Amino acid sequence: MSSVLKISDLHVSVGETPILKGVNIEIRQGEIHALMGPNGSGKSTLAYALAGHPNYHVTDGSIEIDGVNITEMEADERARLGMFLAFQYPVVIPGVKVADFLRHAISNIRNPERKEGEGLIGMREFRKEIRERMDELGMDPEFARRYLNDGFSGGEKKRMEILQMAMLQPRFAILDETDSGLDSDAVRVVSEGLARLSGPQMGVLIITHHERLLEFNPPQFTHVMLGGRIVETGDASLAHDLHANGYATVRQRHPDAAAENARAEQPTTV
Amino acid sequence: MSSVTAMSLDRAGFGADVFDAFIAGRKEPAWMLDARRAAFEQYLNLLADDLDPEEWKRVDLRVFNAAKFRPLNAAGQESGKPAAMTLLRDQAEYGGSIAHVDGHTAHCHLTPEIAAQGVLFGDLATLLAEHPERLRPYFMSQAVRPGTDRLSAWHAAFWTSGTLLFVPRGVEVELPLHSLISHTQNGVADFGHTLIILEDEARATLLEETASADPNAAGLHVGCVELIVGRHANLRYVQLQNWNQQTWHFAHQAGNVDAAGSLQWTVVGLGSRLAHIHQDVNLNGRAATAEVNGVTFTSDRQKISYYTQQHHRQQGTRSDLLYKEVLRDDSRVIWRGMIKVDPAGQQTDGYQRSDALMLSDSARCDSIPGLEIEADDVRCTHGATTGRVDKDQVFYCMSRGLSRQEAMHIIVEGFFQQVYDRIPIEVVRETLSRTVQGKLGIEAVA
Repeated sequence: MSSVLKISDLHVSVGETPILKGVNIEIRQGEIHALMGPNGSGKSTLAYALAGHPNYHVTDGSIEIDGVNITEMEADERARLGMFLAFQYPVVIPGVKVADFLRHAISNIRNPERKEGEGLIGMREFRKEIRERMDELGMDPEFARRYLNDGFSGGEKKRMEILQMAMLQPRFAILDETDSGLDSDAVRVVSEGLARLSGPQMGVLIITHHERLLEFNPPQFTHVMLGGRIVETGDASLAHDLHANGYATVRQRHPDAAAENARAEQPTTV
Repeated sequence: MSSVTAMSLDRAGFGADVFDAFIAGRKEPAWMLDARRAAFEQYLNLLADDLDPEEWKRVDLRVFNAAKFRPLNAAGQESGKPAAMTLLRDQAEYGGSIAHVDGHTAHCHLTPEIAAQGVLFGDLATLLAEHPERLRPYFMSQAVRPGTDRLSAWHAAFWTSGTLLFVPRGVEVELPLHSLISHTQNGVADFGHTLIILEDEARATLLEETASADPNAAGLHVGCVELIVGRHANLRYVQLQNWNQQTWHFAHQAGNVDAAGSLQWTVVGLGSRLAHIHQDVNLNGRAATAEVNGVTFTSDRQKISYYTQQHHRQQGTRSDLLYKEVLRDDSRVIWRGMIKVDPAGQQTDGYQRSDALMLSDSARCDSIPGLEIEADDVRCTHGATTGRVDKDQVFYCMSRGLSRQEAMHIIVEGFFQQVYDRIPIEVVRETLSRTVQGKLGIEAVA
């Protein structure tokens, strides 16, 4: 039976400011969903809220995986249930080697009951696995010994997110503008990497402004977010249309949401 | 502030009666006893002087009562007392080892191969008495002088056992040597002294640690470390302070590096109730270099204070100091660092940095770097940061399945890793990593 990630009437605030105002999406393992929308529409907020960032408060609605309500769970519990967020801005953790970090991560994900101090995945098995995955992503094995994201270029950081996804094999992956800020070669590597990883075992939500990632990973569903709501859902052709023509017609079709979006954008444009 | 005011003898608690009883038990050459008497006079005089406020104003000594501690005349360990646990001794192959218990040398060993090269390693008092012409010029006359302040004079009067390492010109000791300074009895005062002399072109590594056998026994250590590094010589010295939290630790520590010599010095502070270390690095010859690493991890109500000075006295000298401090609970760390460059110190390359990571709201850290430069063609940089664990780092780790605790721990270990990377001795890196995990409360589950 394939798993389902169900987002129902999700309301999320940051501080006192409501950002998401009732989001509904259902993602099954094996499906690819694209999430598009102008700046300030709430796409990254949805990504952080799904991953369980403590600054993003769910004020109403729910997030469920196979009927289990994860809305109140901490980020690590969600990760152990198969949730993965590829960060738009991956965090630097000085002094922590990529390999050590991933060995801890993978030990927890594969053994969700694991407590700190309990055994880690065998070193041999782990090394073999990380080498294979790095090879597939065209990464220099030396990266495993570097400190996590420390001194990495933008492309290296994004590739590192994809490597982590490849290692952790989540049931649901959210990619928050994984293709932004990359040159076309890097976008191709990331796109191909995702295409290789996604399959019947993974449900994917791709947040993007660009078309390339979706070319390699054609979505079955395209959602358009505006003013903290999903205002339209279509197939891959909707994504294509938005890339070609922008959001003007969407705004026209949804004037109320467009007005809310404009208000949300304001603080950042001052 | 009362902590830096002069101290009456009553409060100091180490009067003539204590001194007389102490030296009555010592069979030492006349010059040594005379030096002790002179130092004791200095000590009495210095008690009337204020401690240097620059160095001491943040260190609260009001509850320190020296009269609760006494040097022990009886040699060695009381029978039935457990030995102190060492972190380093069983972790590597050593060329020699020495152990001091309650201010007395209890054990000493040097492999015959190393001894055959003319290396002296063992109990300081014994070797000073046996080789006065060779060793006496180095003892408390070049690196640390008795009259510096009341603690150095106190130490010079009462110094008990100590570790001496002398490596003759051109001799390279490959295996590290080990030194343990331990307490087993309540109320013990030990005045351990470490003197390392590397003649020109010599090389050696000494790993030293302090430890308490009984976690509840109060102790006092008034120590001194003197590192004399000759021309083109290379010394790697580690002192891992791991007393119990009932121990007071005061020390004058100084390293003198001659032309083209190099010193790699690692100071680790994990234990003690209150510690204050005065650490001087003196770059006395052209192109001398020193790398100083500090790893400090305090918890509970511990207080650890460092007063460090990198003194560039000659041309083309280089010093590089990196201290990293992690503070838990209500603990406190003070670091006051200074780079001094004399007029002769042109083309100095000096660096100092202290980074502190606070794990609780009630911990406190004061980091105060400073520069005093009298030459006009130098490169000196310094910096200090203090902060809490970054919330975004914690979230990032948690989003990959690490629990909040595990995330905190991996971030702390990463924080220290940047200084471990500078420590060239694997056993020290591994021991520190394991010990820090222990102090963080991570226990390996079988």
